[in-house]
Amino acid sequence: MVEARALPRRTNPRLWLAGGWLLVILLAAIFAPLVAPHDPLAQDLMLERLPPFWVTGAEPGYWLGTDSLGRDLLSRLIYGGRIAFAVAFAAAIAACLVGSALGLVAGYFGGWADRIVSRIVDIWMAFPPVLFAILLVAVLGTGLSSVIIAIAVIDWTRFCRVVRAEAMSQARMDYVENARIAGFGRLDIMLREVLPNVLPTIIALLSLEMGIAVIVEAILSFVNLSISTDDPTWGGMIAEGRLSIHQAWWVLVFPLIMLILTVLSFSQFGEGLKSRFDPVLR
Amino acid sequence: MSAPCLEIEGLSATLANGVRVLRSVSLTVEPGEVRALVGESGAGKSMIGKAVLGVLPPSIRVVEGRIALEGTELGKLAPRASRALIGARTALIPQDPLTALNPSRRIGPQMTDRLVKILGWDGTKADQRIRKLLDDVRIREPDRVLRSYPHELSGGMRQRVLIAAAFAAEPRLIVADEPTTALDVTVQKQILRLIVELQREHGTAILFVTHDLGVVAKISQKVTVLYAGKVVEQADTAALFASPQHPYTRALMAATPRYTDPMASLRPVDEAVLAGLSAEIATADRNWKPNARGSGHD
Ligand SMILES: Nc1ncnc2c1ncn2[C@@H]1O[C@H](COP(=O)(O)OP(=O)(O)OP(=O)(O)O)[C@@H](O)[C@H]1O
Ligand SMILES: [Mg+2]
Repeated sequence: MVEARALPRRTNPRLWLAGGWLLVILLAAIFAPLVAPHDPLAQDLMLERLPPFWVTGAEPGYWLGTDSLGRDLLSRLIYGGRIAFAVAFAAAIAACLVGSALGLVAGYFGGWADRIVSRIVDIWMAFPPVLFAILLVAVLGTGLSSVIIAIAVIDWTRFCRVVRAEAMSQARMDYVENARIAGFGRLDIMLREVLPNVLPTIIALLSLEMGIAVIVEAILSFVNLSISTDDPTWGGMIAEGRLSIHQAWWVLVFPLIMLILTVLSFSQFGEGLKSRFDPVLR
Repeated sequence: MSAPCLEIEGLSATLANGVRVLRSVSLTVEPGEVRALVGESGAGKSMIGKAVLGVLPPSIRVVEGRIALEGTELGKLAPRASRALIGARTALIPQDPLTALNPSRRIGPQMTDRLVKILGWDGTKADQRIRKLLDDVRIREPDRVLRSYPHELSGGMRQRVLIAAAFAAEPRLIVADEPTTALDVTVQKQILRLIVELQREHGTAILFVTHDLGVVAKISQKVTVLYAGKVVEQADTAALFASPQHPYTRALMAATPRYTDPMASLRPVDEAVLAGLSAEIATADRNWKPNARGSGHD
C-alpha cells in the first residue's frame, strides 16, 4: 500500500462513491428503528399522499412524503433496505461459495471433475432464470429464506463459469508448475497459488451478484412472491407506487431511485475492489 | 562408483495422436557437472526437462525408457514418493521469470515455502538461508525484495530471485531451461555468470537447456545435441567444438558464425543436412515399436 501510493495510479472515485452509498444504506438498514422517523407500517388516512418536503403541501417530518395509506415513505425505504441487504448478502454469499468452490476445482483439476461440473452447469443454464425463480418460490413457499435459496440455487453457475475459466488459465502458469516441482500437493497449490489469483474476480462477481440479488428480490416482491405483503420492500413499494403514479409520482420514483442507485453501486464497488485487490493492476 | 546425478535411458514420448516428441533419448549428468542440451526450437529440449521434473503436460505420454535420479528410478516409485524425491533433489530455473512467480504473493513467502513446508526447515533458518542466497545473487536490498510483489521487480531481478530460490534447497540437479532468453541482452551475461558461480560453489549438476552454442561453449563440460526429439551427438564440450562428428552439429555451428559470442543467434541450418536427418528419422519411426507400454510415468 505504501509503495502503491508512490506510483502514479488511477484514483478511483467510483469505488468511494459507490462504497459510500452502500455504507449509508447499510447503516440505515441496520439501525432502522433508531433512524426511521416513523413506524413504516403506521397508516394515517389524514396524511395520505403527502408530497416530499420541497413541494407545497408537504408536512414537516415526512421528508419524502407518504403513500396512499398515509405511511411515511422514508421510513419504508429504510426498512425495505433491511430486506434488500439481507437477501443480497445471504444469497450472493451462498451462490459465491458453492459456485466458486466448484469452479475452482473444475478449472484447476480438469479431467473428470471438470466434465461433471461443466455438465451440471450446462443443464442448469438451460432453464430460463426468471421462470426458474418463480417456480422455486412457488415450491418452497413465499418468505425471505425461499427468496434467498432461489437466488443462490439459480446464480451459483455465474460464479462457477467465470471462476472455472480463470482457474484454468492460472493452472497453466509456470508458477503452478514450479510449486508442483517443489513437491506441493494439488489441493495445496489450488488453495495457496491459484485461489489468490482468482480472488479479485470472485470479489467483483460477489458484489455484482449482490446487486443482482437486490433486483431479483424486488422483482419477486413486485409480483408478490417474496415475503408477506405487510413488510416494506422496495419491489413491493414500486408495485404500489405504480397504481398511484398520476396522483403521487413520489411513491413510485423514490423506491426506483433507491433500487437503481444501490444496484449500480454494487457493480461499481465490485469493479473498484477488483482493481484494488489485483496486485498487477494496483 | 557413485550413480550419475541424472540418468535418462531410451526415453520416448508421444502426443495423444501417436506423433513422437522424444525418440529414445539417453543422456547422463554426473554430479557437479553442467550438461548443455542444444537444439533448435521444437526439438524437445523442454520436454526432456519436464520429464525429469515430473511435469510433462497431460497431452504427452512417456511410452518407454527410464529416468533415474542418483540411482533411484522414478518410474518404480509410487507417484507420491517420486514427487517427494524430485522436490528434495531438483529445482528449475525457468525461461520466463515473470510467469514463474506467483503475481499475487510476495517474494519472501514464495521463496521460503518450499524450505519450510516441504523440507521441514525452521522459519528463521529458512529466512537466513534465503537472505544468504539473495546476497550471493547480488541483491542488495533483501528486505525490500522479500516484501515486493513480482511485478514490482525488473526481469533481471526476478531471475536472480528464481536462481536464489533454486539453489536455496541445495538440490543435486538443476534444470535450467533457457534461463536467459527472456532477458535483456545486457542482463544475460550477468545472469549466466551468476549461475556458473553458484553452480561451482554448491557443486550442483545442471542440465542446461539452450539453443545458443555460444552459451554452451562458455558454461558446459558436456553437450547433447538434439534434433526432432532425437539425440544426434553427445560429447565433451571441448571435443565437440574441436571436431563435431555429426553433419547436423557441423551445420549448426556453421549457422552460428561466432559461437563464442553468447548473443549470436541461430541462422537456419543447411537444408541438405536437415533433409538427410529427416529421412533418417522417418525410417527409424517406421520401424519403431515401443518395447513397453509406458514406464510408470504420467
Ligand atoms: N503442451 C503440449 N502439448 C502437446 N505438444 C507439445 C506441448 N508443448 C510442446 N509440444 C510439442 O513438443 C515438441 C517439443 O517441444 P519443446 O517445448 O520441448 O521444444 P524446445 O526444444 O524446448 O523448443 P524451444 O526452444 O522453442 O523452447 C514440439 O514439437 C512442440 O510442438
Ligand atoms: Mg523450450
